[in-house]
Order: sequence, then C-alpha cells, then structure tokens
Amino acid sequence: MSGALTRAERRAGWLFSGPALLAIALFFVLPTLASLALSLTDFDIYALADIGNLRFVGLANYAALVADPLFWTALRNTLWFVVLGVPLVVAVSLFAAILVNERAVAWRPVWRVAFFAPYVATLVAAAVVWKYLLHTRYGLVNYALGGLGLPPVDWLGDPRWAIPAITLFVVWKSFGYAMLIFLAALQTVPRELDDAARIDGAGWWSRLRHVTLPAIAPAAWLVAILTVIAMFQLFAEPYVMTEGGPAQSTVTVLYLMFEEGFQWWNLGLGAAVAVVLFGCILAAALLPALTLRLFRVRRP
Amino acid sequence: MRGGLSRRKVLAAGLAGSAALALGGCARTHDAPTLWAIGNEAIVLPALLERLGLGRVEVQALPWSGAHQKLLTGYVGKALPDLAQVGNSWIAELTTLGALDPVPADLASGPDQFDAVLASNRIGGRLMAAPWYVDTRVQFYRTDLFARAGYDTPPLDWQGWKAALARICRQGTDYGVLLPLDEFEHLQTFALSSGARFLRENGTRGAFSAPAFVEALGFYKSLFDERLAPIVTGAQIANRWAEFARGWFATYPSGPWMIGEMRDRLPAAMQDAWATALNPGPDGAGAAAPGGSSFVVFAEGRRKREAWDVVRRLIAPEAQLALHRATGDLPALRPVWDAADLAQDPIVAPFARQLELARPLPKVPEWERVVSEMQIVADLMVRGEFTVRAAAAEMDRRVDEILAKRRWMLERGDTA
Repeated sequence: MSGALTRAERRAGWLFSGPALLAIALFFVLPTLASLALSLTDFDIYALADIGNLRFVGLANYAALVADPLFWTALRNTLWFVVLGVPLVVAVSLFAAILVNERAVAWRPVWRVAFFAPYVATLVAAAVVWKYLLHTRYGLVNYALGGLGLPPVDWLGDPRWAIPAITLFVVWKSFGYAMLIFLAALQTVPRELDDAARIDGAGWWSRLRHVTLPAIAPAAWLVAILTVIAMFQLFAEPYVMTEGGPAQSTVTVLYLMFEEGFQWWNLGLGAAVAVVLFGCILAAALLPALTLRLFRVRRP
Repeated sequence: MRGGLSRRKVLAAGLAGSAALALGGCARTHDAPTLWAIGNEAIVLPALLERLGLGRVEVQALPWSGAHQKLLTGYVGKALPDLAQVGNSWIAELTTLGALDPVPADLASGPDQFDAVLASNRIGGRLMAAPWYVDTRVQFYRTDLFARAGYDTPPLDWQGWKAALARICRQGTDYGVLLPLDEFEHLQTFALSSGARFLRENGTRGAFSAPAFVEALGFYKSLFDERLAPIVTGAQIANRWAEFARGWFATYPSGPWMIGEMRDRLPAAMQDAWATALNPGPDGAGAAAPGGSSFVVFAEGRRKREAWDVVRRLIAPEAQLALHRATGDLPALRPVWDAADLAQDPIVAPFARQLELARPLPKVPEWERVVSEMQIVADLMVRGEFTVRAAAAEMDRRVDEILAKRRWMLERGDTA
C-alpha cells in the first residue's frame, strides 16, 4: 500500500501527524524514559539537597518492591478494584444507557442528566457526602440496612469492606461517562433490525441479546478497556475517602507511587512503581485486543 | 447594531478592568513577604498580623495533615514562601536539605525559653528555627464520667488508669479512651513514658525491640484488646467534640489547641464537665514529646531580612500573649506564662507540668517517616496481624530499611 504513495503524499502525511508525534515524544515518550532511568537510581531527599548523594542502584528498587509486602498488598487491592469495578461499571452503564434510550421511558432528558451528573460532580465534595452516607453509626446506607433487618457494616473502617465501599463510590461516580459511549452506540443500531425481530416474534430479551448487543460489542470493549485503565489508576477516591486505610487495605499501586514519590520523596522507588504500573496497564489494555484479534483470525 | 456595539464596549471595559485588577494583585503579592501557616494558627494569624502593623504579609493556610508534604514539595519545586510555621520535629529534615536560613544572633537569645524546645531546634550547634509556641499532649477527660466511677482525677499509673477506664466502661460509656489508629502521637507518648529511645547507634537503626518500647506497645495493644479504646481512624470520626460531649469515650490525649476547640465547640452545659490531666506512665505521671511550632526563614528567599523582622515581631511577648488568647497556644517565652498567669489556670497548668516531664525525640531527617511506619505496624497489630513482639521486630525491619541511606551517608563521613 505504501508503495502507492507519492513523495508529496508522504510528506503531507508526516506534516499532518508531525505535531501530534512531537507532542507524544515530548510529553509521553521522554518522561517515560526519564522515569525508567530514575527508577535505576536511589534519588531521594538527600540527593535533592546534593546531587552527589545520588547512587546508581541497578535493579535494587525493583528488588525492594518485590520484597515489600505493601507492594503486593497494593497490587492485590488494585486487582480487586479492577475485578469488582469493571463488570459493575459495564453492567450499570449499559443498563442506564438502555433505559434512557428506550422510547417508552418518560422524562428521558431528566434521566440522562441525573445519570451523568455524578461524573461531572467535584470528586472531593462527592466523597465527603459519600463518607456521611457510609458512616457506621449515622449513615443512610446502614440505616437502610437496618430497615431490612441487617446488622450495620463498618464500611470505611473494616479492612474487608473498605474496597467494596470505595468501588460503589467509583461506579456511581464514573458510570455516566460509559453510559454516554453506550448511548451513542445504541443510537446507531438500525431501528429496522429491531422492528424486524419484533415482527418475527422476538421478545425484549432475545432482541437485546441477538440484535442490540452484537451491534454495540465494539463499544462494550472500548468501555471495558477504558474502565480497566481507570481502575488501575485509582488514586483520588481512596486518598479522599480513607487515606489508604484502614490498615492500608485501600492502598492502590498508584497510591503507593504517590506516597513513595511525593510524600517521602523517594523518587527512585516511586519511579520503579510507576514503571511496574505502566507495564500492568499496557498488558491489561493490549491483552483483550490481542485475544480478540487471535479469535477473529481463527474463526473464518 | 447599537446593542452589539455596547456589548463590545462593556466587554472591553471588563477585560481592561480585570487586567488592571490582576496587575494590581500581582504588584501586591510581589513585594509582600509570604508566610505559610498551619491549622488554627493560620486562621488567627491574619488578624494578629494586622494588629502588629504587618497586615501586608500574605498568609497562606495549610492543613496539619498536608503541611509536611507541602513543605517538601515547595522545596523541590522552588516554590517556598519567605517564611513559614513548621512543626518542631521537621527542622532536622529541612536543615539537612539546606532549605533554612540560621536564626540571627539577636533572635537566638535563650534564657527565657524552654530548654527542651531550644534543644530540639538546634541542629549541629546552630539554632535553625525560632520557637513560636510550645505544646505537648495531656489528656482531656470528662470529669463527670470519672467522678461517677469514683475518681476525682484520672489515676496516673498505667494499671490504675486502665482500671479506671474499665470501670467507666462498665457504667455504660462505650469506650474509655480515644486513640485514633492513624495518629502516631499516642503510641509515641506511651513509649516516651516507659523510657523508650526509638533509635540506636546514632539514629541509624530502630530500637523497637528494646524492653521499654515493647512494654509500651503491649500496654497500647491491651487497651484495644480489652475494648477500652475503639478501633477507629481519625477519618472515621465525623466530629470528635460531639462524640466527647455524647460520652462515647471518657478521655482523649491532645494538645493545647484543643482548649480553644473545646470552649468553642462543646455545648455550654458541658463546659464544667471537662478538665486536663497529665499523661499516665508505667508507675506515675508519664512523659510527652516537646512539641510546638517554630518560625523558619528559607535560605532561597529574596526577603530574608524582612522575613526575620516579621518573625521578631511575631515572637515578641505581647504577640505571644495575643496568640494564646486567640488559640490557647502556649507561649514559648517563660515571662509570658507569668504575665498571663497561665500556671494558675487549672486547664493550662497540667501542660506546664507535662512540659517539665518532656523527653526529646531523635533528631533524624527521616523521623516523620519512622513514626509513620511505626504507627502503620501498630495499626496492623491492633487489628490482629502481629503479636506485640512480632510487631516490634517488623518496626525494626522497616525502620532499618528507611535509615539505610543515612547509614551510608554517615559511613561516607557526611554528618546529616
């Protein structure tokens, strides 16, 4: 294909993509390489005072990470957020999108605004409200549980419940955006297909399964990958809700990086965490795409 | 047409106006010294500065929970103000960074100040920060709850103190004492009381497995095991004054800033039902850390002389008295104590006695991180992840790792 391009076309191509490539090189590739280099040193507060205190330590930071139980806790917590959060966001946002796309539903614009509002709400303010909702003794959530005859749950104080509690908050906060993606995809599903299926006697569920879902599968993949990336980068929610507690049960990988790098200024170790996180996200984002491609190649 | 024209005019006028405002604002901020203050002091400082004729000093408020981090970030980003209020335990670290300007000789005069505080601000023989107010922690307790259990004041030896808390709990109070699990100060107070030294070998290794620390750690754990203290973090308690008034707990160790808060926040009917007392120790009154804040002037600042002048006026006796009246902070100068009759005030007097019993903390740049790790392990221990001995060994392991660079620096001959 490239053989068909003339010189002028090729030059125009570079010209058009040049600014974007330059920005990517300057603001993405360069910092990534710099943090890779930083992760091989013991850059810390002493090195800030005098660069003579900087040592090249090879892979010692990575060895320290592997030996640090907190790193494994953070990785496990992050994976919990991914495992709990991604299916929930996909399911809730798909449900919300179908609801606001349904012609039979009244007041659709109001629903759309209501579902999207959490996404644009200020995170810290929303977190403060949620902290009150989840309060052990005065919270609305435990009040509702009490109404059902269930014992109160120490949502943000019990290490076993803190991750589910924060996941609830994250899902509530972010499903509006995924809903928009689904909504856009749903509106491209041809009405005729739906009508044809209806005439053939298909019910609501089989129309959803055999007409709607196949049509919006690419959007579902997009939402899933975006949510996986967002969940891997979870930081602000635990920072505001629990400060990583109770007993470090909500410390995520990014939180660990922030603490090492910017609270204690162990920039070398912090950079090593960043590199590991980068690898994790890259794998998580590429793996589904690769499996999908393999799947497609084999099928025909 | 006319409408469009006038709208454009209005817009232009507005733009010009806001540009002028912005320029005016810049001009103001560029020649006035900036001051970072923390917590309650940041709230009262603008009015105080106004009264001292220093109204042009620009005060920026930091919360205590973020101040240490913000100072380091400011240093790295070369965005520090001219002067700042800092916690006394951070001075060693900021000195190591070379961030501080030493205190001028005329401000460093000593006789009127508390020795423990001056000693903690002197790094490598030079005074690096000017003491502003001193503090230490004592217990704030509910006199009515202790009286009902048959105590005029809390017993001051650990076993007696614990028995009193247990008795109060049996009479229907939820918990005896509030020791939030994210605050290292409580365990630090117990450890100082039992004579723990925290670090050994010139501050290069942890000494948490030493008998004195293990004794304090065991006592700390027993308070939670026996349900005398709730397993909560500070973030979980929506309003600790409301909980104190409600009688959720009977005593809470805190600092002098709490005096003002108690007077402001507790209902009028509660005002006769609280008092302060010394910390308990293994056999009699315990120790505490000499805390407080000092003023530092940053070495990189362009207005150092003016900044020290601001400091000079802020630590003058009248200014310290005004600060005490506004916040309850305890003056760093002894004559101010006499002038304000502080030793006669039954709420304040225990602080004076506790300050006499203060024991200094190790002065290593990593201290903030050392106590943070200590508390993280203690938190895990309370929740059942460690026994007392295993927790002490884990603290030693983590702290030795934190101090690895310091050991290397000292071996190389740098004294940090």
